[in-house]
Amino acid sequence: MRYAETGYNLEVDLSTGNIERVESDPKMTELFIGGLGTNSKILWDRVPPEVEPFSPDNILIFSTGLLCGTPAPGANRTIVSTFSPQTNLMAYSMMGGFWAPELKYAGYDKVIIRGKSPKLVYLLITNDKVELRDATHLKGKGTLETATLIKEELNDPKVQVASIGLAGENRVFFASIEQGRSSASRLGIGGVMGDKGLKAIAVRGKRDVNIARPAEFIKYCNDILEYIKFRANNPIKGVPPILATLGSPQEMALHDEEWHTTSFSWGHARFRRKDFWTPEIAERWTKIQDSTVERLISCYNCPMRCGGIIIHPMLNRFMMKCYSKLTYLMAAVSDDLGFAFKITGLAQEYGVDGFTTPQVMAFAIELYEAGILTDSDMPDFPKSNEDRFFYLLDKIVRREGIGDVLADGVYWAARKIGRGAEQYDHNTTRKHEQMVIKLGMLNPLYYLMYGTGEKGNITQIEGQIPQAPLPEDTKEEFVKDWIHPPKEWAEEFKQFILEWGRGENVFPFYPPISTICKLVEWQEMMHYIDDSTGVCAGLSSFPIKPPYHIHNYPLIISAGTGLDIDDEGLYRMAKRNRNLLRAINIRRGLKRQDEKPPQDHWKKRFPEYEEKLQDEYYKFKGWDKNGVPTKETLKDLGLDYIAEDLEKRGIYDNGTESK
Amino acid sequence: MTMEQKASNKKKVKVIKIDLDKCNGCRACEVICSAFHANPKYSSNNPARSRIRVYFDPLKNKYVPVYAGEYTPAECMGRDKYIINGKEYDECGFCRASCPSRDLFKEPDSGLPLKCDMCEDDPPQEEPLCVKWCLVDALTYEEREEEGEEEVKPEDVEIGLNALVDKYGLDKVVDTVARMTQKD
Ligand code: SF4
Ligand code: SF4
Ligand code: SF4
Repeated sequence: MRYAETGYNLEVDLSTGNIERVESDPKMTELFIGGLGTNSKILWDRVPPEVEPFSPDNILIFSTGLLCGTPAPGANRTIVSTFSPQTNLMAYSMMGGFWAPELKYAGYDKVIIRGKSPKLVYLLITNDKVELRDATHLKGKGTLETATLIKEELNDPKVQVASIGLAGENRVFFASIEQGRSSASRLGIGGVMGDKGLKAIAVRGKRDVNIARPAEFIKYCNDILEYIKFRANNPIKGVPPILATLGSPQEMALHDEEWHTTSFSWGHARFRRKDFWTPEIAERWTKIQDSTVERLISCYNCPMRCGGIIIHPMLNRFMMKCYSKLTYLMAAVSDDLGFAFKITGLAQEYGVDGFTTPQVMAFAIELYEAGILTDSDMPDFPKSNEDRFFYLLDKIVRREGIGDVLADGVYWAARKIGRGAEQYDHNTTRKHEQMVIKLGMLNPLYYLMYGTGEKGNITQIEGQIPQAPLPEDTKEEFVKDWIHPPKEWAEEFKQFILEWGRGENVFPFYPPISTICKLVEWQEMMHYIDDSTGVCAGLSSFPIKPPYHIHNYPLIISAGTGLDIDDEGLYRMAKRNRNLLRAINIRRGLKRQDEKPPQDHWKKRFPEYEEKLQDEYYKFKGWDKNGVPTKETLKDLGLDYIAEDLEKRGIYDNGTESK
Repeated sequence: MTMEQKASNKKKVKVIKIDLDKCNGCRACEVICSAFHANPKYSSNNPARSRIRVYFDPLKNKYVPVYAGEYTPAECMGRDKYIINGKEYDECGFCRASCPSRDLFKEPDSGLPLKCDMCEDDPPQEEPLCVKWCLVDALTYEEREEEGEEEVKPEDVEIGLNALVDKYGLDKVVDTVARMTQKD
């Protein structure tokens, strides 16, 4: 018997309509954990680097994480992996909600999709019965609308549906896959789903998920819940309220948005409004939010309630969470929180990424104001930014007129438009829109994280470390119960927290590069573990002092699966996954020069120091000067076949030494 | 809105209060209930075996955790509707019965009825586990001392057999049991 996982994947070929249930190799779990790790292995094995994202040979994987469907709190992520039409690199996006556990209960760990369907279909999975169904009647329907129609069709409210909207059908490069209160939205995976002619996957399962050492496992789960309760009563002192608690940023519950609105930039990542947060705004927004957020809701088996049910006079009820509350609003430089809710609701039905979309639209407005785009590109372009956003959103998801160009994201649109539009592409890395940062002093940790994060998305690599030095009077207390860092680095990290901000101990030359490397490595590795176990980053790698960490994770995984893993063992598995993913992207052409954060993220830059940071970090990671994992690194992780493949492709003799 | 689920046990009345407004739809209660009732305990979980089910429809903002109550051989003749705070609920939505009209509160493979047993355990649990796992207090627990009738509780096996008898007829069940005993 297999524990925690089901041991079966579904293989679906949309071109032929063939569907198979295939037993997976338990060895893969021992090597790559599950979720993102095993997804990467499948993509490495089966998708050669020359395969285009919009090709029938591209594979789209919907995966559960290893712990999804077990009682482990917050283990509910669906990890969707494929190749991105925007970056041509590996895309992986996670969504919370209910889909992954349901797939486990249906008896599968992954749905692996290849080919292209000649007509629009949806996949229905109910335990043993798996079928492709006609979806012509769902064409053009919104994401939630689609889910509702499928649930009605099947007459079962507990069916879980992941679907795309108009944007996905039209292969928008930043189309998302939506699932009620959660979405897998980065890097255009919804566009790949649309290209495959797959409108939705509906799942319903009624089978058991087994646990290897039950009494032990449930004890660890209870410990996690106890710690969540403890943290609810003990918010972190000395940080903004939004960073003091567990979960995704609690933006449906909290009213205080001072930190986001004053620290991040507005428009097309252009300027900060340091005195935006006035008592009047606070009062007005509180009123709007209280009349808009009807109920706080959670993902499967998690008490954190990061989501909200939203009522808006002009829309059907919908659900949202987190920072999307502000992304459209800030990009449109609007003060009207009501606008934010309205456009988010619409955008969700269309199925677009709430991070990239606002920036693309703000970019278009800039071009219009600069005279690069004109009334002939944008006939009847409205006057107010809010109305312009509705106008542009509509054009983009339909790929109509200028929308067809903008639907490829800022990087590609800038190049297609030309006439100097490239100058306005100032906030992308690896062709992908980045967080809207506009700060003074270079932050060396974030420099590395923006640059080298394999996903190119900061929230998927950062976490656990306060964003600014703690106030002196909270430091001692903070480190007292900071049990989270790996043992061998714990003292060094505590020292960092204590000394950071004192006298000379400020960025960019503090802390020493060796410490920076370790801090970045630790933050990233915990994400890799979460993305493989399916535990929400909101309970693990993202917040400060989370319930899951490198010391209890191995115990939970061992008790759940029956494998015997310790801290080092788990760390090694995560490292293997990290290098596998890197190799996939290297093989697809990722270069050192692609790993540069946007130029104006920070005003004060230090080119030489930045090069050195990158050098040292690569070395620390076991990568050569080009960011390629060395043969030794790969062999040490048992990835000899990858070293051989890279060797054969001549990637190691690219002018620079590999060691 | 608050509803109560009770089980009288000698003079001690165990009460779980259900606050629909606090429910966030996480289904942790379903997870732990089904894990607790697995054999061996916690060796598996499967919400379809849980003795509490959360009916929820976010798009109508309806959240109703329901406990599995008595098995009933026949469904109700008529159905009522409740309108609460402007939202329409089907009567079945609140009903605790394991009833032939639906597959709620039945073991997924055998179809045998499920019933909440307040996490009967030896030694007893401090509180029902669904309550323990509901960190947002949509479910809370109280014990009250009360003069009351002592309930005669049919055994699980008896309830299960009754269900089979209703489904297949007494003769068939007796036959089958006899055949199974001979096999050993
Ligand atoms: S912490 Fe928030 S986002 Fe994460 S699983 Fe829980 S409710 Fe969902
Ligand atoms: S555990 Fe509580 S909040 Fe979660 S679904 Fe059950 S009753 Fe609702
Ligand atoms: S009280 Fe125990 S048996 Fe009853 S529903 Fe809750 S967890 Fe299940």
